Amino acid sequence: MTNLSFFFEVLIGGLLAGVMYSLVALGFVLIYKASGVFNFAQGAMVFLAALTFVSLLERGVNFWLALVITLAVMVVLGIAIEKVVLRPLVNQPPITLFMATIGLTFVLEGLSQAVWGSQPHGLDLGIADVPMQWLADSTGMFISQFDLFASGIAAVLVASLALFFHYTRIGRALRAVADDHQAALAVGIPLKNIWAIVWAVAGFVALVAGLMWGARNGVQFALTFIALKALPVLILGGFESILGAIVGGLIIGASEKLAEVYFGPMVGGGIESWFAYVIALLFLLVRPQGLFGEKIIDRV
Amino acid sequence: MLYREAGQFKSTYAEDQQIFPIRQDRIAVALLLAIAFVVVPMVANQYWLSAILTPFLIFALAALGLNILTGYAGQLSLGTAAFMAVGAFMAYNFVLRMPWLGIIPSFILAGICAAAVGIVFGLPSLRIKGFYLAVATLACQFFVLWAIQRIGWFTNNSPSGVITAQTVEILGYTFDTPQSKYLLTLGIVAVLALLAKNLMRSETGRAFMAVRDMDVAASVIGIPMMKTKLLAFAISSFYCGVAGALYAYTYLGTVEPEAFTLDLSFRILFMIIIGGVGSILGSFLGAAFITLLPIFLNVLFGAASHTFGLDISHAIVSNIELMIFGGLIIFFLAVEPHGLARLWQIAKEKLRLWPFPH
Amino acid sequence: MSRAARIGEVVLAVDRVSLAFGGVKALQEVSFDVREHEVRAIIGPNGAGKSSMLNVINGVYHPQQGTIRLRANGAWREFHDMDSHEAASMGIARTFQNIALFKGMTVLDNVMTGRNLKMRASFVEQAIWLGRARREELEHRRAVEEIIDFMEIQHIRKTPVGKLPYGLQKRVELARALAAEPRLLLLDEPMAGMNLEEKQDMCRFVLDVNDHYGTTIVLIEHDMGVVMDISDRVVVLDYGRKIADGTPEEIRGNQAVIDAYLGVAH
Repeated sequence: MTNLSFFFEVLIGGLLAGVMYSLVALGFVLIYKASGVFNFAQGAMVFLAALTFVSLLERGVNFWLALVITLAVMVVLGIAIEKVVLRPLVNQPPITLFMATIGLTFVLEGLSQAVWGSQPHGLDLGIADVPMQWLADSTGMFISQFDLFASGIAAVLVASLALFFHYTRIGRALRAVADDHQAALAVGIPLKNIWAIVWAVAGFVALVAGLMWGARNGVQFALTFIALKALPVLILGGFESILGAIVGGLIIGASEKLAEVYFGPMVGGGIESWFAYVIALLFLLVRPQGLFGEKIIDRV
Repeated sequence: MLYREAGQFKSTYAEDQQIFPIRQDRIAVALLLAIAFVVVPMVANQYWLSAILTPFLIFALAALGLNILTGYAGQLSLGTAAFMAVGAFMAYNFVLRMPWLGIIPSFILAGICAAAVGIVFGLPSLRIKGFYLAVATLACQFFVLWAIQRIGWFTNNSPSGVITAQTVEILGYTFDTPQSKYLLTLGIVAVLALLAKNLMRSETGRAFMAVRDMDVAASVIGIPMMKTKLLAFAISSFYCGVAGALYAYTYLGTVEPEAFTLDLSFRILFMIIIGGVGSILGSFLGAAFITLLPIFLNVLFGAASHTFGLDISHAIVSNIELMIFGGLIIFFLAVEPHGLARLWQIAKEKLRLWPFPH
Repeated sequence: MSRAARIGEVVLAVDRVSLAFGGVKALQEVSFDVREHEVRAIIGPNGAGKSSMLNVINGVYHPQQGTIRLRANGAWREFHDMDSHEAASMGIARTFQNIALFKGMTVLDNVMTGRNLKMRASFVEQAIWLGRARREELEHRRAVEEIIDFMEIQHIRKTPVGKLPYGLQKRVELARALAAEPRLLLLDEPMAGMNLEEKQDMCRFVLDVNDHYGTTIVLIEHDMGVVMDISDRVVVLDYGRKIADGTPEEIRGNQAVIDAYLGVAH
């Protein structure tokens, strides 16, 4: 295998891993767009969704039924969060809401494990994490089948979300709320219902992300840390852009993998634990609003 | 009736500026210090000293550090544990390689190293704010931990990455009993708390709070942004560094980088949220709360198990503990954003009026 | 000594300043001067560029063209890119249209921040509290208490600023600006949102500041009665250009000014 095809293999592997990050980042973007809240608990939601689904499967529940039940759980959770966490804090500064979502993270993590236990679970979606044979044969590159599948799912998800936002009445209402709460209220959009819907949709996105990540890495507590990786993605892509979440994810995934493979051996490895954050940090210094975000202007 | 200020007149500004302007407060604090320094070591058992009081003091110091940065200066930081790690491992290296320095100077130098790291990772605060800054401090948290793990020098090339803190010896006196360790920690924390209080009620504290409340206005009236923000990071990291050194030397004994994860950073953040941001007292109250809560829960569940014959596993208890932590954060943020310190103030106000209702 | 007799030499000269934000021209070749000890008003319809002018003078905005000249210790200094921190150290203080107080601090602390440029003790000295830091703090406290007396806000000195009504907050902001002992005080609509009584109080304070401390004052104000009563000279801006400059009487009769306010197309 030549150097070039090895490079492409790492690159594509990184891009596909990045897509997985984007899946999680999407949930953040949805909630931020609609309610201006940076939901630190998204990772915990991913974990809860994956754990619920897997536990139902292990108890013999049919795959599709388990999916529906988990989705229902996430929707109920979304509504509960809106009622219990967001409404009491409605006029507080964004930093307070952010800290509340950190608290929420702990609540969800504790709840997931209290209900379902804390052992790791495996999740089998039917697609194996093995290289695609014909690709390996023709180009000498080992690209995982599963990664490609996950990208396909992500693409479908993004497309449906885009269609949802642009062509449905609710989608339009969501965009209005994201732009200006007061104005949305003034035209009669029911703010509280919208927020509940958004959190429910974010819950659905968390479920999809949870399934993908759970199948890849197993459903275990470490899943909650994936959310942390989504933060650099959001910084690169801007907090309010779905496209940004995808592009940011691709860039982070690719650069992280490339850095690990090419620079890692020089410094003893393990770069992946911090490289994404440092990239995000450098990006913040140059372009704080991200590639697709809106510029923040401070007025006195 | 007891808590009245009647008759206590302040005739100079100096009297008005005191830390405890009300005489009853001064008496109470003197009493508290006397109890802490004299009574507790004589009366408390080993478990309380080494497993509860000493870590409480250490976390209070770290919370104090974080409060200076986040509570007073408004710069959200999730890298507290990293600064503690720098303090711990640098103290170890100073004692190891320059034993003639002595423990206290080593601690101070370790704190200064942590301050230097704090300044470097505080540089982004000049351009970014709020939770973007929090993400930048995450970079610090992960990078510092990785550096300590990977670069052998920090752990004296220990193959497992674990270091053993040397025995503390000051001027020939060895600090190896729970009592002596507790007293050493108490002494250091008390002094640093006093320095912090003095600092926060002087111009530095005002500059920090001005930057927190409206940094554009602060700049317009002449407060230097860069110097103020970096100073906040430096002082805060110094405090966290010393706390980390104490963590290694008077509590843990054997230290590994994994003791300083993001989880610890969150814990300390919770301490200041619950205790009260922007309050020295709040740092102590929050630390006490978070340190005592698990014990309280264990006792509670233990009693419940006995009374009801239930078998509540340890795992369930620790998960419920997580949920209660999280729930309390949300509760405090919604109901009393200024935490226990504000509740304490309100209680004191009521006490001044007692026994009258208003 | 009468007001007119006290007015001295030119201390601030704005020279052909132009400021644009993207395509929006906020100021176009504006020139005027300010004399020592005088009360200079800047007036004009909404959007005329008055706040922008003030922001340029104290370094919040940097003009694309033109300079600000400040006379300090007998010598002139010329700026076109001074930042707000430098302006503060040059003795320029200001208040803001939308109150820029530090809501989390008490009145006393807010006014004390106004003294920050005069404090010399390092943070280490402040931590230890004995010696220079302590003396300095008490000395500045004394000075600040005088200003608090002057602005009649003694009764609220320990109240957190966020809890005060609007009128009192404006007074505290003025006190903070005064605490810096400025040579030039810029007031951005100090009477906005006040009722008649509050306006009269604020007018009295502004005049007292000018009388008692001799501070040169540049203020933006919409209330014509106030402007005519308390200012020595007036600059009129419209759409970023200066359209008149003179005493209140001269301005009152100026046709261009009347047209600008009535919205006559030009």
